[in-house]
This record gives sequence, structure tokens and C-alpha cells, in this order.
Amino acid sequence: MDVFRLHFDIDGGSFASAGNASVEVKKTLRQLGVSNAVIRRCSIAMYEGEINMVIHADGGTADVEVYPDRIVMVLEDHGPGIPDVELAMKEGYSTATEQIHNMGFGAGMGLPNMKRSSDDLKIETKVGVGTKITMVVRL
Amino acid sequence: MTVHEMAEKLSLQTICEPDPDREVTGGYTGDLLSWVMGRAQSGDVWLTIMSNQNVVAVATLADTAAVIFTEGVQPDAGVRELAEKKDVNLYSSPDHSFAVGAKVAALL
Repeated sequence: MDVFRLHFDIDGGSFASAGNASVEVKKTLRQLGVSNAVIRRCSIAMYEGEINMVIHADGGTADVEVYPDRIVMVLEDHGPGIPDVELAMKEGYSTATEQIHNMGFGAGMGLPNMKRSSDDLKIETKVGVGTKITMVVRL
Repeated sequence: MTVHEMAEKLSLQTICEPDPDREVTGGYTGDLLSWVMGRAQSGDVWLTIMSNQNVVAVATLADTAAVIFTEGVQPDAGVRELAEKKDVNLYSSPDHSFAVGAKVAALL
């Protein structure tokens, strides 16, 4: 089986279109015959990543690769970076603004949800440079 | 029970109903989108006071059967059109989330 690849540019300025890439991934995985449980995990992981890039990093890119045995999602941005990854991984910890909270975001569940939804989560981040997150969901 | 039957029994205001035959299997109440995303189950009716476009994205990704805006909340501009396109059923109720949740639970 060939590797199936999807690439998205995530628009940082728009909360209205946030989630479009995740919905597209979901649709594609369904067409590829991936199980509902795996689709759900990928959807959650992708959506949280997408929202994080919109909230914190003024957008970024998302690359999704579907292999016969796994799905790999790479989210990359040139945002502020994460100064304390361990703290950011804590449920309920958020640096989002009041305005973001009022929209229903900033519950401090983004990274924890991404970790819970994937079999492997790797965070490469540098303050002032950006963040690259690689998530693997095994089929 | 389909979402249409539920809406009739609870006298909900229908905002849009692109998938009236969708089966309701449970319910979830919450306004923090990440929380809902991670916990609502496929087939749930989702009760919320959030009214923005992101509700449609979360409902699509979590595969909920319908969204009920409670407390008389109406969706923001453009939300209904987006929901029609994404096959997301939207309703509204003047009652608060606890009251609506109790009614939905009684029907299940």
C-alpha cells in the first residue's frame, strides 16, 4: 500500500475556519476505511493541535501520513514555543486569554487530549522559534 | 429514537435538521470544547450554551447526533449554514441544560 499524504496550511487569524483540516482528515480516513475508533482518536488529536496553533502561534502547517500500520500527524508552527512542556501537559493549565475562554477554548485540555488520543506524542519546541508536534496513532 | 422524534417530544426549536433520522444513543453536557471533544460519544445529544462556529466543528469531529443550544441561546451568524453543510442537526430550548438533560435522559 502506498503512503497517503495530506498537507494543510492552518490559518492563524481565523477561529471560524479552525477545525477544517481535522474535518478533512476525518473524511479522508473514513474513505480509506479506517475504523471509527482510530478516526475518533485522530480527529481529537488533530483538532486540538489545530486549535493550539490558532490560539498560540498564528497558524502553522499540518502534515498527515497514512501508513498501512499507523497514522502520523506532524503539526509545525513558528509561534512563541512552550517554555515549560511539563507544565503545559498538565490538565487544566492554560495560558489562553479571557477572550479565548469565552469562545469555549482554553480549558487546558489540548495537549492532554492529544497525548491521550495518540500512541506516541513528541514535542520539539524552542522559545521564540516555534513548536513541532509529532503524533502517531497505530492502526 | 431519532433526533427528529426527540425534537418533537421535547418541543425543541429546530434550527436546522439535515440528518433527521440520526439515532440518539446518549447525551453530554458541556461548554468547554476540548472537554466535549474528548468525552462526548458518537450518537450523543450535546447540550451547550456555546453558540459559535466551533460548535459545528466539534460536533462533526465527536460525531454527536445533535446539538441543543440551551437557555434560549441562538447560534451566531453563519452557524446554521455551516451546520447544514456538515450534516449537523441543531436545536434550541429555552430551558437550562440540567432541565433539558433530564428530559433527554427520560426519553432514552
